[in-house]
Amino acid sequence: MAEKYILNMITQRAVEEGIAMEIGKTSPEYFDACNIIEMNEQDMKKLGILKNTNVRVTSESGQVIVKAVVARQTVYPGLCHIRQGVWANQVVPPRTQSTGAPQYSGFPVTVESAPEEKLKTALQLVQGAVGMWKEV
Amino acid sequence: MPKVIENVGCPYCGCSCDDVRVTVSDDGKKVLEVENVCAIGTEIFKHGSSDHRIRKPRLRQPDGSMKDITYEEAIEWTAQHLYKAKKPLMYGFGSTNCEGQAAAARVMETAGGMLDNCATICHGPSFLAIFDNGYPTCTLGEVKNRADVIVYWGSNPAHAHPRHMSRYSIFPRGFFTGKGQKKRTVIVVDPRYTDTANVADIHLRVKQGHDYELFDAFRMVVNGHADDLPDVVADVPKEQILEVAEIMANARFGTTFFGMGLTHSDGRNHNIDIAISLTRDLNKVAKWTIMAMRGHYNIAGPGVVWSWTFGFPYCLDLTKKNYAHMNPGETSSVDMAMRDEVDMFINIGTDAGAHFPIPAVQHLKKHPWVTIDPSINMASEISDLHIPVCICGVDVGGVVYRMDNVPIQFRQVIDPQGLLDDETLLNKIADRLDELNAQGA
Repeated sequence: MAEKYILNMITQRAVEEGIAMEIGKTSPEYFDACNIIEMNEQDMKKLGILKNTNVRVTSESGQVIVKAVVARQTVYPGLCHIRQGVWANQVVPPRTQSTGAPQYSGFPVTVESAPEEKLKTALQLVQGAVGMWKEV
Repeated sequence: MPKVIENVGCPYCGCSCDDVRVTVSDDGKKVLEVENVCAIGTEIFKHGSSDHRIRKPRLRQPDGSMKDITYEEAIEWTAQHLYKAKKPLMYGFGSTNCEGQAAAARVMETAGGMLDNCATICHGPSFLAIFDNGYPTCTLGEVKNRADVIVYWGSNPAHAHPRHMSRYSIFPRGFFTGKGQKKRTVIVVDPRYTDTANVADIHLRVKQGHDYELFDAFRMVVNGHADDLPDVVADVPKEQILEVAEIMANARFGTTFFGMGLTHSDGRNHNIDIAISLTRDLNKVAKWTIMAMRGHYNIAGPGVVWSWTFGFPYCLDLTKKNYAHMNPGETSSVDMAMRDEVDMFINIGTDAGAHFPIPAVQHLKKHPWVTIDPSINMASEISDLHIPVCICGVDVGGVVYRMDNVPIQFRQVIDPQGLLDDETLLNKIADRLDELNAQGA
């Protein structure tokens, strides 16, 4: 059982996400581009997370299953990154410090190994959140 | 014969590149080839002539499916719901031309609702800082022709603005910058070692959320208090701060480009505020400018259009109809959603379904939701009504404002094949609202 330990999450753009978004948010490209968490290798070892396995990310406002990878655009230990988009916004806190801009970067999360959990599609997450998702 | 159209504008990021070459088919309905455009822009032009594009408005049925309806029915549905709503919100405009943004202002003034654009979740905090502290900025042309020191702070153009470095900042050879990259010093401040940091001369790996302290440290050095600096500020060693401050102070012409790293982190507008103060300080010893890395090709547009229409760039409260009011935190989209204050939501030229924090989406979805957008996206797939429109720069032209607030005329390259553009659609909704108001009066 790996310990729980607080990481600092940021969610920003990536060119892969931009391309996939223009192909379409229901496309496999968007699914592959956005459902990953980029981490520092030391943190992954500390948390007992194997590369390219699924993890559960939990914040004050929600949780999401994403795939853990070692960040190519490296993050320092303690920092992690999910590309902006549907998966990131499952955990982004809506607090805005009275400016209108939510806390997209710099919020505490826990990351736990969850290899048995399945990744959800963008539609499943968003329609599911508003009670519209129907299994086909 | 396929036709080549020159100097086409690209509707993706704030670079608003206007040197794209597009080859279109004989009948003017298909894009065959695009040149001078980044990987993301290419997808937009490809998508524009895709066979899978939605060409008819779709209304959600009681069983959850979507049924094709006519534009007239969609306009009637939207106008009726706007007429009934007490505090409707129209949000978006990341991908709309200025003509559409002006028509949207007419709709929401007539309806007496809230009007907001993507800046609210993006560079809104920058606007607040600019109101407080001024904006010593320049155009991208000046950067290209004059700048010898470039700072990217909390922005990653290699990913978010793919042609920014090659067209304007680092690589181009300009009038006074004939040696291009060789004579430019590039500094990247980012908690990640980004692909932009990879091409920089110096990368300052700042501790996430501690940018304010680092700006403050630079201000101390520029104002002659270097001796009082601690050994490390925001994870950056003092020696590195002194080295970079020296480069900044000796710049012939420097520009700081800042992005979401500052506006989305703790401090929000205060991070930009101090960035502007540092620019002012640097102007005592050198020539410095600062610019927001606006995300979309015309997201500067609503700020300009609504400022001259109402006096405010975003977060507009038009519920009083005869005067406008703006107070982010109170009239901003996400805050209103979280307090469940709006009773109708129109998502236009953006995707709130994918890009709002999910609790805000859940609140908005309690009420009628209209999506006006060319594509299938998360917002369209949870909305009650989806109205497809032309893509600006592909099926319709129009004026757009680049990130440096320079207006650019975008071109139409293919035939809209029956699709309405934003301006026409919104004006029809406003016309119908005028009729309903007249009947109700």
